Amino acid sequence: MSLLNVKDLKTSYGPVNVLAGVSFTVEPGETYALVGESGSGKTTVIRAIAGLAPAQEGSVTFEGREIRGASERELRPLRKDIAMMFQDPVGSLSPRLTIRSLITEPYRIQGMKDRDLDAEAKRLLEMVNLPAHFADRYPYQLSGGQARRVGVARALALEPKLILADEPTAGLDVSVQGELLNLMNDLRERLGLAMVIITHNLNVVRHVADRMGIMYLGRLVEEGTTEAIFKNPRHPYTRCLLSANPEPDPDARLERIALKGEPPSLLRRPKGCEFRERCPFAQEICTQTPQWEVANGHGLRCLAPLS
Amino acid sequence: MTDTLLEIDRLSVDYETARGDLKALRDISFDVRKGEIVGIVGESGCGKSTLISSILRLTAPNTRFRQGEVRFKGQDLLQLPERQMRNLRGADISIVFQDPMQTHNPVLSIGQQMVDIQHRSKASKAEKRARAAKMLGAVGIPDPEARLAQFPHEFSGGMRQRIAIAMALMSEPDLLIADEPTTALDATLEVQIIERLQELQQEFNCAILFISHHLGVIAELCDRVVVMYAGAVVESGDVREIFHDPKHPYTRRLIDCDPGHIKERARVLPTIPGEVPDLANLPGGCIFRDRCDQAMPRCASHVPPLIQLKDGHHAACWLNHKEAAE
Repeated sequence: MSLLNVKDLKTSYGPVNVLAGVSFTVEPGETYALVGESGSGKTTVIRAIAGLAPAQEGSVTFEGREIRGASERELRPLRKDIAMMFQDPVGSLSPRLTIRSLITEPYRIQGMKDRDLDAEAKRLLEMVNLPAHFADRYPYQLSGGQARRVGVARALALEPKLILADEPTAGLDVSVQGELLNLMNDLRERLGLAMVIITHNLNVVRHVADRMGIMYLGRLVEEGTTEAIFKNPRHPYTRCLLSANPEPDPDARLERIALKGEPPSLLRRPKGCEFRERCPFAQEICTQTPQWEVANGHGLRCLAPLS
Repeated sequence: MTDTLLEIDRLSVDYETARGDLKALRDISFDVRKGEIVGIVGESGCGKSTLISSILRLTAPNTRFRQGEVRFKGQDLLQLPERQMRNLRGADISIVFQDPMQTHNPVLSIGQQMVDIQHRSKASKAEKRARAAKMLGAVGIPDPEARLAQFPHEFSGGMRQRIAIAMALMSEPDLLIADEPTTALDATLEVQIIERLQELQQEFNCAILFISHHLGVIAELCDRVVVMYAGAVVESGDVREIFHDPKHPYTRRLIDCDPGHIKERARVLPTIPGEVPDLANLPGGCIFRDRCDQAMPRCASHVPPLIQLKDGHHAACWLNHKEAAE
């Protein structure tokens, strides 16, 4: 049984259907990356899993239990097992609480009165490689990288089985970004955590994710192991995304495939393949609607896949 | 040198704070030639923003220019009366900011804003509007005439940043400062913007000072690169020299850290352990010493000068001095 099973998840805000049916699974201990442009629905997916965004249709099961549409009261015990790391590291920390209060807040919310909060704070800070005296600091006294690590510490406090991380390295300097990814890799191995990571930084995906799904206009268009996707992307959108990855080498010869135009409006979804109008490889058949097809663990929604 | 446009000459800038003077920029020197793209790379706190605001003289009230000159076409901008400086900003030197969502006025149409920005021109309103439409077309906004009537929220982030570039180029400036113009954008849009900048730079033949912490973008776009660390220039030179033969350990390790380099899945990614020094309480000697894996005794006592190693390639590291390395 998969740890997390998202099936045909749909979210609309009025007439705007942000998620048009998203399905994927995450196994225990696995890291799954969701990749796609701004507005493709990545953040909505993980917020819907955590019960922080509505999802009108579909199903989300965690350890076999249906959690879509669960009430706040039903979700609370579940939040021990599913932790969230938010996108804005400083903004997601209350400015008036000390780091000690912030990282031990999950114990108070869960009513775990028997815990020695000072000791827990010390243990968590150590786990994310921050000095113990940081417990008395306030968020404004932290750098972006330190605030991220506090976010990780707080997510880990209740020893979750699944972490949902929204752009965990956005805004970090490269020298610090590696530190955070190493920390997450290490914790995952030691604690057997599963993770869903959202990012548009493909360089990050390659080093942390076991499998990845590529989203376009609220749907998955391709899914597979990270290795297979980087080696041989089949969907033209994936190919475009991978080619738009500037390399730190002035002599790198890039075979860049330019995306045409802008993402279409969700209010006027294109007919047929929704990527067709921007696709450099579009063919006549693409006016028909492609279905999701899986072969050898590699999912694809394309009528004219690349070889 | 007739083809030099901007010369930063031994510039030192402090911020007066309650904790004492924060030495934000120390002895910065580099130049930008006409029609050239110069990249400034550095991580948070390296002084990139102070540098830009110093060039434009848009600094905070507690800023103190301690030494040096910012010469634009031979004239020291730091000595210029405010009135003349105002005539320069937006006309000869213009800027594209980091956040495309906050650059435009939300309650005025894009067309109105693009006409307003031509306030120095004597042209008629219709001419200004036509020119605005032309510029929108030049940055690849489809159907520019109709789009002029729209408001900023009706454009995507990538389009807004392209509009900001169009507005910055309206006055045909000699120098365009681009302050992390792609940081807030997706990879596909990032590539779109840098390709567009390259084209426009050819067309308008303006020089670009491109600030970024994204090494991939710098490598792709720039002719020359200035690497900054903790308020000082540690290395500068031709983009190929910097990326293929870095002469400062910070540059070398910064490039190593970029996961874009590492093609196979890495168990452990390289990092630069340690923190940037406190600018209000700088250690003696080399500022990178504490984080450097090649530090020598001399690095603790003497600040390494920025010296020329070969044509145009400068670095500030004792490793490049034979007698010190022995």
